[in-house]
Amino acid sequence: MKARVTVTLKNGVLDPQGKAIEGALKSLGVEGIDGVRQGKVFDIELGTADKAQAEAQLKAACEKLLANTVIENYRVEIA
Amino acid sequence: MKSAVIVFPGSNREGDVLRALKSAGSQAEKVWHAETELPQGTDLVVLPGGFSYGDYLRCGAIAGRATIMDAVRAHAARGGLVLGICNGFQILCESGLLPGILMRNANLKFICHRQFLRVERNDTAFTKAYAKHQAIDVCVAHGEGNYTADEETLKRLEGEGLVAFRYADAQGHITQDANRNGSMNSIAGIYSTKLNVLGMMPHPENLIEDLVGGTDGRGLFESLVSSFPRAA
Repeated sequence: MKARVTVTLKNGVLDPQGKAIEGALKSLGVEGIDGVRQGKVFDIELGTADKAQAEAQLKAACEKLLANTVIENYRVEIA
Repeated sequence: MKSAVIVFPGSNREGDVLRALKSAGSQAEKVWHAETELPQGTDLVVLPGGFSYGDYLRCGAIAGRATIMDAVRAHAARGGLVLGICNGFQILCESGLLPGILMRNANLKFICHRQFLRVERNDTAFTKAYAKHQAIDVCVAHGEGNYTADEETLKRLEGEGLVAFRYADAQGHITQDANRNGSMNSIAGIYSTKLNVLGMMPHPENLIEDLVGGTDGRGLFESLVSSFPRAA
């Protein structure tokens, strides 16, 4: 089973990297960009075929390591 | 007094901190991160600076979950002293021993310069050799030192007097210019609720000898050593 975990900064958390990317896009002449927030994507292979079990394992992975829930949210998608 | 300096893959300031501890009169030894126990009789645990695990995922995230950290948490829970410097501060935040997180510097640059700090209180095991509100001259070297916490945490840190050091000018004034990484409330270091865990971004261990430009960092190590009765 494959899954994708997306970790993003919570609203209101300052994202200087996103701001720098936004500035770079502007300087490249890419128009219409109102804001950029940078996040992380993890593609994960799971041994189980049980969706509920996979969800529990991924939640543990996010809570224990992949996301710092002080500043980040996470989203799990199972393929 | 006995100190244990934890070494992670990518730590690089353990030698300097060992030297600072020994020159202040502590016994000190390195402990590998994969160990499950601290050496018998450890009084102080130090998490040194560096780039543990190459700063992968988030600074300090992987080191904060290393095997030895269970022993460090247990040591802290017993009231044992823990000092995290630079990457060590990041590890303390990631391991849950201190609140908040160190974000990318607001100006996006790695900063490396001499820096004055204001000592917020001098009644802790870490700072008794300093005067209250003394400006000490140390240095900083980091890319992620921008201390960030939610409003409630920040209020608690300020209300309970848990801010250890703030970025300041040479006179000890807290100015916008002195806060070059953008930390909330100019925070350079914080204590745990019981004042036995200190995390700080600046490097006191760099300034312990006139030969390298100053000795203001010595007070921190001397404070720690003076907190323990001398072995006969």
